[in-house]
Amino acid sequence: MATATNATGEAYEQAFGALRAQGGPSWLPALRREAMDRFSALGFPTTRNEDWHFTSVTPIAERVFKVAPTRSGPATLSPADVAALVISDPDWHRLVFVNGRFEASLSAFAGLPADVRVTTLADALKESPEFVAEHLGKLASGEGQTFTAFNTAFAQDGVVIHVPGGEIVEAPVHIVHIADAQAAGAGIHPRLLVVAEALSRLTIIESFASTGSFGAPYLTNAVAEIEVGNGARVDHYKIQRESTDAFHVGTTQVRQGRDSMYHSFSYAAGAAISRTNVYTQLAGENGETRLNGLYLIDGTQHADHQTFVEHLAPGCASRELYKGILDGSSHGVFNGKVYVDPVAQKTDGKQTNHALLLSEHARVDTKPQLEIFADDVKCTHGATVGRLDEDALFYMKSRGLGAENARALLTYAFAAEVLETIEVDALREGLEALAFARFTQSFGEQR
Amino acid sequence: MLKIDNLHATAGDKEILKGISLTVNAGEVHAIMGPNGSGKSTLAQIIAGHPGYVVTAGSVTYEGKDLLAMPAEERAQAGVFLAFQYPVEIPGVTNAYFFRSAYNEVRKANGKEELDPIEFLDLMEKKLKLVEMDEAMLHRSVNAGFSGGEKKRNEILQMAVLEPKLAILDETDSGLDIDALRVVAGGVNALRRPDNATIVVTHYQRLLNYIVPDFVHVLAHGRIVKSGGKELALELEARGYDWVMEAA
Ligand SMILES: Nc1ncnc2c1ncn2[C@@H]1O[C@H](COP(=O)(O)OP(=O)(O)OP(=O)(O)O)[C@@H](O)[C@H]1O
Ligand SMILES: [Mg+2]
Repeated sequence: MATATNATGEAYEQAFGALRAQGGPSWLPALRREAMDRFSALGFPTTRNEDWHFTSVTPIAERVFKVAPTRSGPATLSPADVAALVISDPDWHRLVFVNGRFEASLSAFAGLPADVRVTTLADALKESPEFVAEHLGKLASGEGQTFTAFNTAFAQDGVVIHVPGGEIVEAPVHIVHIADAQAAGAGIHPRLLVVAEALSRLTIIESFASTGSFGAPYLTNAVAEIEVGNGARVDHYKIQRESTDAFHVGTTQVRQGRDSMYHSFSYAAGAAISRTNVYTQLAGENGETRLNGLYLIDGTQHADHQTFVEHLAPGCASRELYKGILDGSSHGVFNGKVYVDPVAQKTDGKQTNHALLLSEHARVDTKPQLEIFADDVKCTHGATVGRLDEDALFYMKSRGLGAENARALLTYAFAAEVLETIEVDALREGLEALAFARFTQSFGEQR
Repeated sequence: MLKIDNLHATAGDKEILKGISLTVNAGEVHAIMGPNGSGKSTLAQIIAGHPGYVVTAGSVTYEGKDLLAMPAEERAQAGVFLAFQYPVEIPGVTNAYFFRSAYNEVRKANGKEELDPIEFLDLMEKKLKLVEMDEAMLHRSVNAGFSGGEKKRNEILQMAVLEPKLAILDETDSGLDIDALRVVAGGVNALRRPDNATIVVTHYQRLLNYIVPDFVHVLAHGRIVKSGGKELALELEARGYDWVMEAA
């Protein structure tokens, strides 16, 4: 399976060796070493790997992404720059990373409840290494997953969030990742660790954006591990709008307790090649998972989404709605897996996936996979790939709307259905405006 | 205003309209009746510019212009309006947004100033009253999940907003309860002016008690087989279509 040549393998081994000098708690080197060994042994997946059948990562495998440089000199971005690059709101707690390195001057996350901990991974390793040791790498072990192992070996920084039992974090925690020109040729491996204990509530927004131009492509390889305790609820928004000079791989691994709710929304509009994995385990009774997503791609972009919902306990519900709008000669992939364990009776699973092709050359591959080992379950999936509804277009034109505008409005409407599931108003309005502008450039400022 | 001359049209391999001629002048109301499948909706859709039909012979002239050469949106901008027999659902686009966009495009095409959202809402308030619709309907997606009757009212609401010169109502009365029929007909009558014209396609004389036609035409097998005054509708109601078709 390995496609990393010896040369790239050696280069990564060398880079890894250089990183080890950086220290940290005593258990960390072993964790990293193990991940590095896994990364080397697995190599990058090829399209012979069932999970990567429609996505070739050759452009990633054939390069060696250097460790992102630390900034020397003053910050290159101002708060206004950040505000222009990502959808944000002054009420949100904000942690900003540039090229994977934390920028304190751009961040603001005071005002959290006293016993809720939000820190950078680097600080957490100093201040509460036991907590990190207990949770890091437990859900995203990297077993069989090259990119997760790659992240664990090379992660420089990230965010650790610990919400103790019963705590409600009202304002979303916004984690912003910006790549600037200095990221050219680099690999950025952000890590997110979230532990939301019983009956707590938390909303996380992760934004990935780029600024400037890149002489060489860079790689973002993000990993998030999220534990949702009994009766807790975590809402998780991931907004990926990276440069088309970038490659983006993001893996979210979730484990949910009894009566818990995990709601994920993924927006993917950037990167030359993107792969978004959302894996959730419903490990306690009556849990609920909602996975929604929208991808908008054009040109030669490739966007791949893989979801995997494991129903491991009785009475859980999973709801999934993903939509894609593809233009140019872009290529979309959606692979939705659902596993229902023999004990997971009364499972209620519904998966829906719709793709809208705006051009003759755009293409989408979808593969639903249901593995059901319990007998008293309700599991459905539906997938469509289509073009704009001609009847609706004619109806709109018959009211005086020009052909272009009718198309734009209908395309926007297709996206709006899934954007409506966003429960953070400012984020929803921001994305609606983005999608609207994208499809209606010629349509004036009516909205 | 509208002159249809020897119109022949096909869909796929099927010839649906087989030589229709009809002249509608400003200020007139024409009723078109006829059995199911005779081509009434096809005629209406061709006038509105549906791309699914091929005109194989004949012509349609509207205000002196070749209507068939105009794309659907230009026809609408020039004052042609079709209330659909089966209004289309557009999930994700609100009525308010859709109506305002349509209204403003029509205004723009006619060299008039566009209305901003607030001005437009004022206008909508009056129009909603006309068809006795609740403002809440404005914020729902176009026709999505509307009941049959609500969809028909929504068509008339659009007509009220766009104030067309030539309105074609394709079975707008079908599926309406008695009160709704009165409201819809009242709305249509309120919009009548000496310089506009209406074509109502219907199966029921009942509607014509409210919207009184100047002419009644019977369309059968793709042709107009009989034309008369409003009393023809009563006769059809009493005797059915067989006698007209035999005579034709
Ligand atoms: N796109 C099409 N392709 C093939 N056949 C069509 C198409 N549109 C209409 N037809 C056929 O043409 C005939 C006339 O249809 P049309 O809808 O015009 O009838 P109508 O008079 O409006 O009937 P109704 O009173 O039931 O509404 C029907 O036999 C119909 O099946
Ligand atoms: Mg009809």
